[in-house]
Amino acid sequence: MSQRRVVITGVGWITPLGHDVDSVWARLLAGESGMGPVTRFEAATFKTNFAAEVKGFRFEDHVGADVAKEHASAGLSTRFALAAATQAWRQSGLGEMARDGRLKRRRLGVYLGAGEGSLDFENYGRTNLAGWVGDGTSGRFDARAWAAAAYRYMDPVREVEQEPNMTVSHVAGAFGCRGPSSNCMTACAASTQAVGEATEILRYGDADVMLAGGAHSMIHPLGMTGFIRLTAMSRRCDDPTHASRPFNRTRDGFVMGEGAGMLVLETLEHALSRGATPLCEIAGYGSTADAFRITDIQPDGRGAQGAMSAACRQAGIDPHKAGADGRPPVHYISAHGTGTQENDAIETAAVKGVFGELAPRVPFSSVKSMFGHLIQAAGAVELITCVKAIQTGLVPPTVNLNDPDPECDLDYVPNAARDLRDSGGVHVCLSNSFGFGGQNDTLCVRRFAE
Amino acid sequence: MHDGVVITGIGCVSAVGLGWPALWNGLVEGRAAIGTPTRLDASGFRSKLAGQVPDFKATEYVPKSYRKAVKVMARDTELAVVAARFAVEDAGIATRGTLEGGAEGRQATYASGRMGCHIGAGLIAADSPEMAEAMSTARDEGDGLSLAAWGGGGAGAGTGMEQLTPLWLLKYLPNMLACHVTIIHGCEGPSNTITCAEASGLLCVGESTRVIQRGDADLCFSGGCESKLNPMGMLRLDLAGWTAPTGDESDGSAVIRPYDPASKGALIGEGGAILILESTDSARKRGAKVYASVAGYGGGMSDAFYTRAPDAVEGYESAVRNALDDAKMTPEQIDAIVPMASGIPALDRAEAAALRAVFGERLPTIPLVTLAPNVGLCSAGAAALQVAVAAGCLHQQRLPARLHAGSPEKGLDAGRVSARSANLQSILVCTGSMGGTNAAVVLRRAGA
Repeated sequence: MSQRRVVITGVGWITPLGHDVDSVWARLLAGESGMGPVTRFEAATFKTNFAAEVKGFRFEDHVGADVAKEHASAGLSTRFALAAATQAWRQSGLGEMARDGRLKRRRLGVYLGAGEGSLDFENYGRTNLAGWVGDGTSGRFDARAWAAAAYRYMDPVREVEQEPNMTVSHVAGAFGCRGPSSNCMTACAASTQAVGEATEILRYGDADVMLAGGAHSMIHPLGMTGFIRLTAMSRRCDDPTHASRPFNRTRDGFVMGEGAGMLVLETLEHALSRGATPLCEIAGYGSTADAFRITDIQPDGRGAQGAMSAACRQAGIDPHKAGADGRPPVHYISAHGTGTQENDAIETAAVKGVFGELAPRVPFSSVKSMFGHLIQAAGAVELITCVKAIQTGLVPPTVNLNDPDPECDLDYVPNAARDLRDSGGVHVCLSNSFGFGGQNDTLCVRRFAE
Repeated sequence: MHDGVVITGIGCVSAVGLGWPALWNGLVEGRAAIGTPTRLDASGFRSKLAGQVPDFKATEYVPKSYRKAVKVMARDTELAVVAARFAVEDAGIATRGTLEGGAEGRQATYASGRMGCHIGAGLIAADSPEMAEAMSTARDEGDGLSLAAWGGGGAGAGTGMEQLTPLWLLKYLPNMLACHVTIIHGCEGPSNTITCAEASGLLCVGESTRVIQRGDADLCFSGGCESKLNPMGMLRLDLAGWTAPTGDESDGSAVIRPYDPASKGALIGEGGAILILESTDSARKRGAKVYASVAGYGGGMSDAFYTRAPDAVEGYESAVRNALDDAKMTPEQIDAIVPMASGIPALDRAEAAALRAVFGERLPTIPLVTLAPNVGLCSAGAAALQVAVAAGCLHQQRLPARLHAGSPEKGLDAGRVSARSANLQSILVCTGSMGGTNAAVVLRRAGA
């Protein structure tokens, strides 16, 4: 059976470094940082009180007054998603095709790895306190009192908008999608998985066009609380811009980011039939589970290797075999690269396991050193950096990498972007995402050639 | 590439009972189990009745070496782990989870890398008593929470967020259902967690089917589980306008009236199902009992971003037509339908309109199998239960009893009736959801 090919025809993102693809790309190449003190709530006493916030975001500037009004109830991350999708849709040139019937709406779907909406912490706190009768830890929970307070304090629309399928719902509404739609929550791997499964939907023939990606913001008190308790985030409160230091010996965790990344995917046949120019092709997708522990990664990186190997296999790439030009068959890997001790060491081992002797020659950087960790949105945003790398022949750096960990001895493109145009450009990239609980997903994108 | 996908194991948890036989026998007898819950005092909520899963101890359903991990499982995860255990036993397969402490020398039926897992889940609510207690150490001077004290800097060490255990977050991530199941049973293949409310379980069955069809796994754990029987869960469904206000009634099954224009809404159920899906080839090779085959799958989206109720039928109809097309079947070949039938008037209306658009004049003659009056609205677990029951109907050639305390709108075979034998070759399972995602699956009788 001949496999349908799937191409990317539009990309868009809202990130801590800005709100459009090209200016943010330039800032990534320049090694800029999106981190700073948390401004969204009073975080001074939190053990981690900094993050990579999206700054200066005006919803209506991106989606227009009408859409902004129609989607006024949307939560913050859903707004990010709608803005990013608007960019991607514009670039795809699909325009009014879904509205005027040239693209059948039943053949247009959405698959996101969008996170839940931001918790209304103030009223959640009030409600919980009202539900606790008596003093401190000697009190008791009273569900009747809790319910009475909840009905008083909580806003129905704001509560419903936190449900994790609301972003899909808004995006589908805004773009007129009536085809297969879904949302997955596989923690930090979610939007890579969403793009992968959207690709499979197109390959199978269940749709012609899919909007895919992710959006998330956990920069709210309870979101930060969860990761502070896990000690997964950096505590360099005195130096936020140098806090995210993937692969560095002194790394002490990730920095929380937020935002959205959205892509328009199409079957090649559909893209060509309407005269669209593919930005690149999705050549492979691999998904595995560690099935190991909820707190730890397989120490040999077996799950991560499985995801990368499967993505390469689908793309027809033998990772151990150099190309005719003598270069490794993959020209750039966008690392999951969170900056936690465990992830970076095991991801390094996994890349070595997959690429063998070629591993040290594959540029392998973590843009989380600049963006922070966009949690469920991370994979889609990082995939877009791969699309840009293919388009420009330039590879973004891992910043804050001045004291390499001896266990991490690959080419992380330290501190300065790399220009690969003279060495043949960037044709094939992998993008890795690994989630809590052992979810591993890798996408392979390739320069488009008929 | 594999040709076909079959259902070879069913594991269920719901108010009607634990395990597939309990559910099936309960449905045949017309048993309802929706009443006043005991897991929390629901008297302060507008909707006070619910379908609560009978008591169980999750530690009895996990390998001995994994008992400690139950401490970091939320209720939703416990339900999934229990359902998965039932499913594995029903399918007659051995996994590392069932082999521990068992006969020496026995091997797992499938290699780890050939088993996938797709489990639908909801947003798991933090335990309210635990959170309230932690927050009580960080009150401000009024009725609110002091962020400074919550952060740990105000009221001294061990207060505020430090009251929460370090692993607190890992208890509440939606993918923990699938993660614990993959860890217990050793599934290293593709794994996903779909969070599209009531459609989640069907979307998972669809995705598992595609994963097996494309050859990425030979077997998948597939389904969904959820419990909204907690303060945040009850509140959110009420604020969304989905649950029926109740007063002095004690029998919830009389409140939930699918397709009755006078219905006041749904009542919360908890539970769900995990099914074992296998490629037809591998099931045949090991001589597995087959409940039904998955003949087709389809999805579709309604325009419902403002969340209250997807009035639009277009996306629902798309999902059903896509599933029929995928099965290469016509509506005339469908012998019964297991729809969402939630008792929420706007959803029921959209569902009925979509089915009417597809089945036309034949619709009044097609029996609808409704579960909500028995088990309540099980959210992310609901559609997985629908698939389980549809597979059971095909396997038993029988339709369960149907409860209804009112009268469904005209033109639908959805009123009260006893269990009866039926000649069933193909059944459609379909659902809408809060948020507008729709999904449909066509099941065929084994060997048909």
